[in-house]
Amino acid sequence: MIKQWLLTIVIFGPMLGAAFIMTLRGRTDQIAYSSRCLALITSSIIFLISLLILAFFEQDSAKFQLVQKINWIPSLSSSYHIGVDGISIWFVMMSTLLTPICILASWEAIQKRVREYMIAFLVLESMMIGMFCALDILLFYIFFEALLIPIFLIIGVWGGVHRFYAAFKFFLYTLVGSVLMLLAIISMYCYTGTTNLLTLMQTRFLPEMQTWLWLAFFFSFAVKVPMWPLHTWLPDAHVEAPTAGSVMLAGILLKIGGYGFLRFSIPIFPEASADFTPMVYALSVMSVIYTSLVALVQQDMKKMIAYSSVAHMGFVTVGIFTMNIMGVDGSIFYMLSHGIVSSALFLCVGVIYDRMRIREIKFYGGIAKNMPRYAMIFMIFMLASVGLPGTSGFIGELLILTGAFQVNTWIAAFTASGLILGAAYMLYLYRRVLFGKLENEQLNILLDLSPREIAMFTPLIILILSMGIYPSIFTDMMSASVESLITNYKAALNENAMSNLTAG
Amino acid sequence: MNLTTTLPIIAPASAEIFLAISGLILLMAGLFINKNTLKIISYSTIAILLVTATLVLIQSENALAFQALFISDSFARFIKVLIIIGVIFSIIMSFDYLKRSENNLFEYPILILFATLGMMLMVSSNNLILLYMSMELQSIALYVLATIQRNTLKSTEAGLKYFVLGAFSSGILLYGCSIIYGFTGTTSFNGIATVVSTSRSTSVGLIIGLIFLFSGLAFKVSIVPFHMWAPDVYEGAPTPVTALFTLAPKIAALALFLRVMLDPFRDLLISWQPLIVFLSIASVLVGGLAAIMQTNIKRLIAYSSIAHMGYSLIGLASGNETGVTGILMYLTTYTFTSIGIFSFILCMRRNDSPVENISDLTGLSDTHPMMALALMIFMLSMSGIPPLAGFFGKWFVFISAIDAGLYVLATIGILSSVISAFYYLRIIKIMYFEKAAQPLDAIRDKKLQLTLCGSAMIIVFFFFAITPVYNTAISSSILGFNLS
Repeated sequence: MIKQWLLTIVIFGPMLGAAFIMTLRGRTDQIAYSSRCLALITSSIIFLISLLILAFFEQDSAKFQLVQKINWIPSLSSSYHIGVDGISIWFVMMSTLLTPICILASWEAIQKRVREYMIAFLVLESMMIGMFCALDILLFYIFFEALLIPIFLIIGVWGGVHRFYAAFKFFLYTLVGSVLMLLAIISMYCYTGTTNLLTLMQTRFLPEMQTWLWLAFFFSFAVKVPMWPLHTWLPDAHVEAPTAGSVMLAGILLKIGGYGFLRFSIPIFPEASADFTPMVYALSVMSVIYTSLVALVQQDMKKMIAYSSVAHMGFVTVGIFTMNIMGVDGSIFYMLSHGIVSSALFLCVGVIYDRMRIREIKFYGGIAKNMPRYAMIFMIFMLASVGLPGTSGFIGELLILTGAFQVNTWIAAFTASGLILGAAYMLYLYRRVLFGKLENEQLNILLDLSPREIAMFTPLIILILSMGIYPSIFTDMMSASVESLITNYKAALNENAMSNLTAG
Repeated sequence: MNLTTTLPIIAPASAEIFLAISGLILLMAGLFINKNTLKIISYSTIAILLVTATLVLIQSENALAFQALFISDSFARFIKVLIIIGVIFSIIMSFDYLKRSENNLFEYPILILFATLGMMLMVSSNNLILLYMSMELQSIALYVLATIQRNTLKSTEAGLKYFVLGAFSSGILLYGCSIIYGFTGTTSFNGIATVVSTSRSTSVGLIIGLIFLFSGLAFKVSIVPFHMWAPDVYEGAPTPVTALFTLAPKIAALALFLRVMLDPFRDLLISWQPLIVFLSIASVLVGGLAAIMQTNIKRLIAYSSIAHMGYSLIGLASGNETGVTGILMYLTTYTFTSIGIFSFILCMRRNDSPVENISDLTGLSDTHPMMALALMIFMLSMSGIPPLAGFFGKWFVFISAIDAGLYVLATIGILSSVISAFYYLRIIKIMYFEKAAQPLDAIRDKKLQLTLCGSAMIIVFFFFAITPVYNTAISSSILGFNLS
């Protein structure tokens, strides 16, 4: 019983908290304080409950677990159908972990309309978890698109100077992608008469139809990843969003694309995925190299990290489309790692931004002197982003590159060049911000990390190091699902080749 | 002698007959009541409409009446119920407005009642003659309603415009009807259907007649390129009247459009389908692009309703039952969203006088958070963002387009929904992202508060009710083709 309802509780728990916050009455400062506390308590409880998902999860099985299915629109054979498998479980955990951290990060940074802000974050959390759990494609789409609303408001209401532009660009870009996916979903429904994901995975679509459907899904997910040349919304959104908004964007929203490829594109359209693999490789390599170079010349810290995210997501897409265990395991692992590392980097930028209200790299320099603890923590995250052995980034990159090497040496070589560029821009950033002489006198007043900020960073550091030192806790959970994904994919391709042979 | 052959069968039309008689009684009564005339008449109008709705709902069989002039099928009943919901809400919305106006306009609800009668007959017409008569009945009542604020220039101008253009389009429509009669020799839909399906080649004259009929109907639904009147009339007419215009008459005209195209002219699908596809694309694009430039919220809604009618036409373009189901779902969601938006517009007052510019909403979320939240819900629903009601309307309409293989139409339609999303988002931006200017007045009227909250709730929680609504829509989507 508890198993069946567990995911539903985790999905809608945050909404319940949001509803509570909405009913608060009192003076503005009282409301602000109690909504902060309530949001933190709700999201922490949800995180604790979500640990039960890990406890109940049987890692040897590739099946969807903790499944709940309630009829919703029988005439469309759509249902409220949720469950997790090895691929989605870590994304769910990431969402529940990052939300309380985000709320901690905005404790002091957000001073206006605190209540609405907290509601937006809790609703966002609900939508994200729901999206990762959905096993019905209509349900998935509903969560997928509904989460645009809170993010749009978060950027637009609490963002920086050019927030209107960034919010609109983000929303419309993603909407174009997702309405095309909606058409594809509708076509799939018309073809099969159901929106159930499990049935769709077993349906063989005609090759020509697969091509179109794959392209529609690809467009939508490529915007989310984001893949060059559709990445231009990301720097704007990241720069203008408040720190916690950037964390959510980098930590979860960027993972939707990769998750979508693994959950929909590859299992449902195996032939089309195989056909388009070269294109995906080419775009990913472009993403890696081009955006790394762009990151090198950025003047704004947030913008630089945003571009580095695009480059890192290029790694992920290469890994996914290698379609071997190394590559796919690696890319899921790398997505988790990137989710934590880049969120942490945005939080690091947020720390000094909250103090100085300036993100220009030039403005800083030498702040390691009065912020030693900050320098230490920043260094760990910076090195994890570069992929130093012993951190999570290293494992992910290693797995992806090994996977890619088995498929195509050139792709592996080009992708690996991103590592060097990555090290270049990250170290360059670190040197310019933290080392050197403390020349700017305004920086003398900078205080080191407060206990709240340390509390916010500690879980992230522990995770990065444990993922780097003992990765198999994480990969073991996903291996069964990844193996079955790859086996099914190869089987579908073989079947197709056989039928072509007999037909020819 | 058999009784049934001599007495006209009136049972299927009992709702309309009741409406007509009670409308006339109310008109008389209005002259003799001296105190609180408006209030009494308004409440009795609502009561009459509720009874009418019950009379509509208790019929369960498809039937013909008056020598097959009148048809009552499940499709007509679904639409009639929607129309009555729209009308009742627009009367509830107008209480506050009428109380404020100086003229004691007890004719207002009665005129709405007669317009409703016209709309219900339109939906049920099974003959070109009833089609024309019922359309005129509703139009004339609406012309008067547009000018009801007779001492303001804007209202009279709107009414005159509506009248002149409306009369023109009625002329075109009538001309089309007569051509069709000339080429088929009958005015009954069933007769026309027989002629169309049995004749081996389609005569050009019939097509010309169809196009005239088409234009007349398109004018009433206000789809591009017959939409010019709508923004001006919407802006000029008193707001409660505009609320009525965007809902009930459009739904009725669209239903009539559906019936004409899918009943007598179904076999000419190949001839008229490209036209509908064109009108639909033109409407969604023009409606979407023109709305971006608007500064007056009523004009904006006028353009957005043009775009919405374009989306519904997608269902007609697919020309099958799935399409009809899609349209019914779309109209259902559209009804509740429109009710919500107009109750919002009626709440927009500053220093006790109504304001209608979009810029008046600046920073609304600071001063009136609940109002802003409600409008945000309506706007997102209009742009089809799930899980709000509007999304499901789009979902079902596009299912029918894909089902019928109209991929180009579906793609253009769905991409232009992104264009429309832009101006809906712009309103959210103005309310939420910008600093508060002068605040609007608080909502004083309880009834408006109720319609505002109620429709917002219905839109948010529509997904719970989707199964029953959808099942009803499916069973209502078979037009009376199979009736002998």
